[in-house]
Amino acid sequence: MTQELNQNLSLFKKMSILIDENTRLLVQGITGRDGSFHAQKMQEYGTKLVAGVTPGKGGQDVFGIPVFNSVLEAKQKTQANTAVIYVPAKFAKDAILEDIAAGIELVICITEGIPVLDMVDVKHALNKSKTRLIGPNCPGVISPGKSKVGIMPGHIHQPGPVGVVSRSGTLTYEVVYNLSSNNIGQTSCVGLGGDPIIGTRFVDILELFMNDPETRAIVMVGEIGGEDEQIAAQFIKSKVTKPVVGFIAGKTAPQGKRMGHAGAIISSTDTTAESKIRILKEAGVHMVDSPDEIPQIIAQKLK
Amino acid sequence: MKIHEYQAIEIFKTAGIPVAGGRVAVNLPEAQAIAQETGFPVVLKSQVLVGGRGKAGGIKIAKNLEELNKNFSQLKSLVIKGYSVDHILIVRALEIKKEFYAAVTIDNIQGDVVVIASSAGGVDIEDTAKKTPEKIYKYYLQAQKEIDVRQGGLPAGRPPWSDFIKAVFPDPSHQEPATEIFQKLIKLFYQYDCSLAEINPLVIDGTGKFCAADAKINFDDNALYRHPEVQALRDLKYEDPDELEAKKNELSFVKMEGNVGCIVNGAGLAMATMDVIKLLGGDPANFLDVGGSSSPKKVLNALRIILKNKKIKSILINIFGGITRCDDIARGILQAQKELVIPVPLVVRLTGTNEKEAKELLAQNKISTFSSMREAVRRAVELAR
Repeated sequence: MTQELNQNLSLFKKMSILIDENTRLLVQGITGRDGSFHAQKMQEYGTKLVAGVTPGKGGQDVFGIPVFNSVLEAKQKTQANTAVIYVPAKFAKDAILEDIAAGIELVICITEGIPVLDMVDVKHALNKSKTRLIGPNCPGVISPGKSKVGIMPGHIHQPGPVGVVSRSGTLTYEVVYNLSSNNIGQTSCVGLGGDPIIGTRFVDILELFMNDPETRAIVMVGEIGGEDEQIAAQFIKSKVTKPVVGFIAGKTAPQGKRMGHAGAIISSTDTTAESKIRILKEAGVHMVDSPDEIPQIIAQKLK
Repeated sequence: MKIHEYQAIEIFKTAGIPVAGGRVAVNLPEAQAIAQETGFPVVLKSQVLVGGRGKAGGIKIAKNLEELNKNFSQLKSLVIKGYSVDHILIVRALEIKKEFYAAVTIDNIQGDVVVIASSAGGVDIEDTAKKTPEKIYKYYLQAQKEIDVRQGGLPAGRPPWSDFIKAVFPDPSHQEPATEIFQKLIKLFYQYDCSLAEINPLVIDGTGKFCAADAKINFDDNALYRHPEVQALRDLKYEDPDELEAKKNELSFVKMEGNVGCIVNGAGLAMATMDVIKLLGGDPANFLDVGGSSSPKKVLNALRIILKNKKIKSILINIFGGITRCDDIARGILQAQKELVIPVPLVVRLTGTNEKEAKELLAQNKISTFSSMREAVRRAVELAR
C-alpha cells in the first residue's frame, strides 16, 4: 500500500533542471570560511551533501561530512555527481580541471576573479569532456524544495512552474522574491555568472527549460555588455515555444570604457541595454521595465 | 588595465617586435635630444589613455628643430577629453608603403584566444570590419592544441596558419616576417595575461620591412596579481580618486551626473536600482556595489564616499540580504549617523537575511524602512526633487 502510494506520488513529482533530489554534492574548499558556511546552509536546505575536498586535509570531517584530498577519491567513495567550488581565484582553474578529469557531471563555480586565460584553458578542457560548468562568478543553481547548490538565500524560493535564468546574483534574488511574494513558484533558478568566459550560457539553459515538462514559463534576466542575450534571442525566435519574460539591467549605467578596435571587430553587435531589449522584443520576449512587473506578466502567461 | 603607447612600445621592444626609433619625452630638451638621435622628420604623439587623440590634434609632424619646438609646446598645452598631456612620444617618421592590422585578443563566446589580421589596417579598421568583413581574418589558437601557443608556437609554413597568413599577406616575402611578429605578439599576450595586444597599423616602411607604427596593450585585471611589474605601469591620473578610494575599501563605485545617491549590494541589482530611479523620474548620482559579505564598516565607508558629492539630495540604500546580513547594514548606518554628518535624507530598503532584526534596530533610531524596492525608490526620488 505504502509502496503504491509512493509510486503514485512520484508521478506527481515536480521536475527541474540540472539539480534535484538525486544530486550528490561535493564541496571544494569546504574547510575555508565561505565553503564551510555555505556547505552548512546547503545541508540545512536539504541538499545531499556527501563529501568535501581540500588537498592536504583528507581524513578530517566538517560537521559530519568526510573531507578527501582529491575529487577522484571523493567521487569513488561517495558517488558524488556534482561539485561546487568555493576555492580562491588562483586555485579555481585547477579545481575545475580536477572535476573534469574525474568525470564529474556538473560543476558549479562560485569563485570570482579568475584570470581570463585560466578560463580559456578550462573552456578547452570542457569542450573535450562531458562535464557541464555553471559560472564562474555566479550564485549557483537551486531547484526549490529539492536541492540548492550555491550561495542564494534558500527561503525566498518556492516550488512551481517558472524557470529563472540570469547573469546576476542579487538581482536574481529580487526577481525570485517578487515571484514568490505573488505565490508563483520556480522549477529551477540558474545564475550563469558575470565573467566574460562562462561555462553555460542563456541558450543552454533555455533549451533545458524547453525540455523540462514542468517548466511552463521562463524568466530571463540579462545585463549590458556581451552578446549572449542577442544569441539567446535568435534561439528563442526559432526554438522556444514557452512564454519568456525578460528584464535587462543597465539602461542608465555609464558606458563601458572601450578596448582598442579588436572588441568591435570580433563582434560588431551593439551591447547596450536598448539594443538587447529591442532584439529580445523582436524575438517575442515580453520585456519589462522593472523587476516587480514580472509576476503580473508571468501570471497572465500561465493562465 | 590600460597602459600608454610608449609603455606598450617598450614591451614590444623587449619582445623583439620592430618599432620606429624614438622614446617618450616630458620636456623640450628631452624631445630635442631624441629627435637628434633619430633624425628628422619626427612624429610627436600625445600620450593619453582616451580615444580620439588624432582628431583632437594630439599628433603632429616636425620636419626640423623649429617645428619640433613649436609643436611640442602646442601639444603640451593641449587638453584631450579633459586630460592634459604629460608625456609625448617622439618617433622617427616612417615612409609608409602599406598598412596592416594585427591583434591578439580573447573571443568570449568561443572562449578562445584569437589572432585578428587584415590587409586594410589604419584608423578605418572598424568600418572595414562592418562593411567588408571578408577583409578581416581570424585564427583561433586553442584549436591548435598540438602546438605550444604560449611560447608563440605556430604551425608556420603549413595550414591552417599558412592559409591565414597568405590571405592577409599575399606578397610571399612578407609571410615569414609577419609570422615572426605574430609569434612574438602571441607570446607576450600570454606572458603578461593581456586582454588585448594590438598593432594598428603594422606598416611596411620605405626599406620594405615591417614596423609597428602604434602599440596598444590592455591587461586582464583579474590576473594582475601575477604581474607586479605591470601594476607598476598604471597611470593614476586616469583613476578617479573617489573610485580609487572605493576600490581600496572593496567597494565598486562609479560617479554619475544625478542627485540620488545609491548604495546597493550586487552589480546587477545596483544597475536595476539605477534604472528604476530613472523610470520613476529621478536621476542616479552614482553606481555603488558594496559587494557580497558586507560589514558595518563597508556601509560607513560607502556613505563617506558618496557624501563627497555635494549634488546629492537623497540617499537610497537598497539591500537584498543573501550572504549580506541586513543587520550588518543597519549597524553600519547607525555607526555612520554617529561618525558622519549626513545632510540629506536616507531611504532604506532591506529584504532577506536578518531583515527583522535590522528593521527593529533602525526603528529604535527613528529610521523607517521599506520592503519594496519600488516604494523605496519612489520615496528617494521624491526627496531629491
